[in-house]
Amino acid sequence: MRIPVSISFETFRIRLIDLIIFFLIVGIFSLIVYIASQWGAPYERSLEIELGLQNIFGYAVQSIVRIFFAYLLSLIFSIWYGYAASRSKIRERIMIPLLDILQSIPVLSFLPGVVLAMIAIFPEKRIGLEIACVLLIFTGQVWNMTFSFYHSINTVPREMVEVVKVFKWNKFSKFLRLDLPFSAIGLVWNSMMSVAGGWFFLMACEMFVLEGKDFRLPGLGSYIQTAANKGDIVNVIYGLGTMIALIILIDFIIWRPIIVWSQKFRLGSIPPEEERESFVYNLFVSSVFLRRIGDLVSNVINKIERLYYKEFPLVRSPFFKVVSKGVSISFLFIIMLAIMWALFKAFYLVSSISLVDIFLIIKASFYSLLRVFAALLIALLWTLPVGVFIGLNPRAAKYLQGIVQIAASVPATAIFPVIILFIIRFGGGLDIGAILLMLLGTQWYLLFNIIAGASAIPKDLIEISRAYKIKGLKRWKTLILPGIFPYLVNGLITASGGAWNATIVSEYVSFGGGIIKTVGLGALISSSSASGDFRFLLLSTCFMSLIVVSINRLVWKRLFILAKTKYVLE
Amino acid sequence: MEKEVIIETKGLKKSYLVGRRNEITVLEDVNLRIYAGEFVSILGQSGAGKSTLLRAMAGLIEPTEGEVLYKGVPLKKANAKIAVVFQSFALFPWFTVLENVKVGLIGQDLDEQEMNERAIKAIDLVGLDGFEDAYPRELSGGMRQRVGIARAFVLEPELLLMDEPFSALDVLTADNLRGDIVDLWKGGKMPAKAVVLVTHNIEEAVSISSRAIIFSYNPGRIKADIPLELPYPRDKSSREFKFLLDKIYTILIKPPEEVPFLLAAGRYQFLPHAKVGAIAGLVELVHDKGGRVDIYKLSSELSMEVDDIFPLIESAVILDMGEIKDGDFILTEIGKDWAEADTLRKKELFKESALKNVQLINQITQVLTTVSKHRMSEDFFLDILKHHFTPEESRNQLETAIDWGRYAELFTYDYDSGELYLEEASIINSKT
Repeated sequence: MRIPVSISFETFRIRLIDLIIFFLIVGIFSLIVYIASQWGAPYERSLEIELGLQNIFGYAVQSIVRIFFAYLLSLIFSIWYGYAASRSKIRERIMIPLLDILQSIPVLSFLPGVVLAMIAIFPEKRIGLEIACVLLIFTGQVWNMTFSFYHSINTVPREMVEVVKVFKWNKFSKFLRLDLPFSAIGLVWNSMMSVAGGWFFLMACEMFVLEGKDFRLPGLGSYIQTAANKGDIVNVIYGLGTMIALIILIDFIIWRPIIVWSQKFRLGSIPPEEERESFVYNLFVSSVFLRRIGDLVSNVINKIERLYYKEFPLVRSPFFKVVSKGVSISFLFIIMLAIMWALFKAFYLVSSISLVDIFLIIKASFYSLLRVFAALLIALLWTLPVGVFIGLNPRAAKYLQGIVQIAASVPATAIFPVIILFIIRFGGGLDIGAILLMLLGTQWYLLFNIIAGASAIPKDLIEISRAYKIKGLKRWKTLILPGIFPYLVNGLITASGGAWNATIVSEYVSFGGGIIKTVGLGALISSSSASGDFRFLLLSTCFMSLIVVSINRLVWKRLFILAKTKYVLE
Repeated sequence: MEKEVIIETKGLKKSYLVGRRNEITVLEDVNLRIYAGEFVSILGQSGAGKSTLLRAMAGLIEPTEGEVLYKGVPLKKANAKIAVVFQSFALFPWFTVLENVKVGLIGQDLDEQEMNERAIKAIDLVGLDGFEDAYPRELSGGMRQRVGIARAFVLEPELLLMDEPFSALDVLTADNLRGDIVDLWKGGKMPAKAVVLVTHNIEEAVSISSRAIIFSYNPGRIKADIPLELPYPRDKSSREFKFLLDKIYTILIKPPEEVPFLLAAGRYQFLPHAKVGAIAGLVELVHDKGGRVDIYKLSSELSMEVDDIFPLIESAVILDMGEIKDGDFILTEIGKDWAEADTLRKKELFKESALKNVQLINQITQVLTTVSKHRMSEDFFLDILKHHFTPEESRNQLETAIDWGRYAELFTYDYDSGELYLEEASIINSKT
């Protein structure tokens, strides 16, 4: 019997990378503290965003801190919500459909409620608006992560759950050592998508008009917005460039290493090649300093876990059980009361709506529906041939994939000002322009899925169709379309959701000091949020939620089931 | 001296509710006792509820009726003294070998030092020393299952339950691991006082266990309880060994009631999952061998598992093409005719036999001839089947019937509409 005794010389050697990481951590920490210290300051109503290269860095850092906090909040919420829903059948039946609905509500519909509440809690303080902004970014990031986590912990293999039962693990151990690792890979991918979504809505969340009043926070989003409002194209490009550089940098030093690290949570199969190596990851792994921190953290977690197994007489006592039950029941009661109150208020608001208003909303919905449809169609028209080409030609994929990825990482909202400039200069109006703007945000989902689908078509099927000289339209009908169908449906589902969400920022755009808008449900939501017309906001949000959820149920879900059963290549 | 009873089941029944009203019984009236010092194999075909029984004995599932007693005390939930080895290994890919073995100790209140000591001891016992820091993905299948076994040993259980532990391994690796288990057992090094092994491999059971319990299926009941008293190491080529193999094969394939596959006492006929092509292959092969073969010999010649060859033999029996006697499979006159016939005649013979002997095919054909369009949705038949089988099994039953019906040119199936319909020819036939 040997117990490895490990005191090696290496432990005492501090490498350059350790020093760098140490200063990096100290630096990041003090930056966050500094930024947070400003939040206590009184809110300046007439905050001016100062344009110019020398100021960009400061703004960018503040935006990153906001996205970071929003992401942290999303992560905690996702894990709590997903876990809570999966632990009880009754909760599951309420919480999962609720999630479906919440997901369909656009960010701007949350805006007035969140902002007004925060201002009421922290009157005249900047922190109120900061928290509101973080919460808004949060509403754009959280849902897909929650779905992913919930889905993961529900698909843990039965035998692994049985192992946990046989060896009498408690809930904490199961969560820490089975549920969390098992859902890691899905959570990482969805985190990346969510943070990208955070950049997308940054402009809308950092600078907005509510009840006719201007609200601004210093940040990269408001920088680009301000530059666009002044028609200062040079500064728009500076802001845009900074944003793209940041996104690429974050991908390189955060997401890549995390993806490589998360491969150890994969069940069975070998990870794809591009997910095995990361320069930064190798650096991190070689750092003694980081390893020490890692050991410390795991020690603390182990201690906590051990604590959970000690018998607490108080926790086991019937008195404690009664108290905890009482607390949870009263909690539920308060939530129910709040919902009743909200429903009552909402009913009161909506009751003053006239038939004309409803007609207006229906008309707007119709226009938005057409636009979403057109955007999807146009996206399909170009991504289908291009995606299939890239997917079927490994050599082309090598070069084009990288370019496509960078192009896709640019948040479409940041390019809006440039596009708007073109629309204004060359005509066309936002009526058509909105489709272009929605297209920018959603086409990538489709393209990536089609590339993935085309590259997954088995080589022998391609060879057989070549041998039988199946070409042109016939080849598309017999080989390519059925082959990529599941991926295509998946891409369409995401793209359609994205397009609906994009209507609120593309049908109603502030530019050059004025507002450009068109008829549509998104414009209705945006404008009623800006003017503080809550009954319109509520009703149009309900309409959008209804449309999105029913399209999901009626169209996408059916296609998805068809894709899963008939068009699966094994 | 009375031997100590480790685990006992009394009138155990497990059934699942399918839909609102239908109940599928997986296990029925299982009474069994496992004594200290025993290595018991539980044998049966897939669907005999063997794994369900094992999980009930582990306290992982609650029986519908009856109870499980662990050392005389009712077992309500999993017990740390009853360890389980799983077919799929169920290792945690994010843990090293050492950490995977420590998985068994986390639920105990031990300090780090003691956990390491115990885990390393278990790892040494299964011969994995030196691999403590490897991840499961770096190990071969055999070594992974050794980790699974070490994990089960680490708590020094009284009872070790193994759920087809070797069936995910290739033949040589499985043999090797099996040998090591027998050595541990015989050498008294195994921590457990008793072992229960679930398997469908008869040779495996005969070569390592001290008792074999044979289950019937649909629902699972104890069919026979046979002591295996050959001395270790067991010589697979000895006459006694072969005799035991043959005996168990015969018991396994012989149904508890003498009318096996036909509708008996309200039970719906169970179609084995076999494709017509494979049945034909078997019948022709047996015909070439003179019309009579030893089932065990045949399966080892073809290197097929019991689970693969049984459905073929059963199908042939259902279709009246063969019969079973003393562990041998013998072709009937119809079977011989079928083996010699050309393709058209073959179909003809198959059709006659299927209509006469296969309840489901007969039923489908009758329904389709009666309805005016000669088409019927599959859901109609699935609904009927769901009264007798699980939803999954109902689908299997219908798929088998469709395969046979297609071959017999009785009816066929339209995948897109999910409908069964009569072949043109058979409509004419049924009219004449």
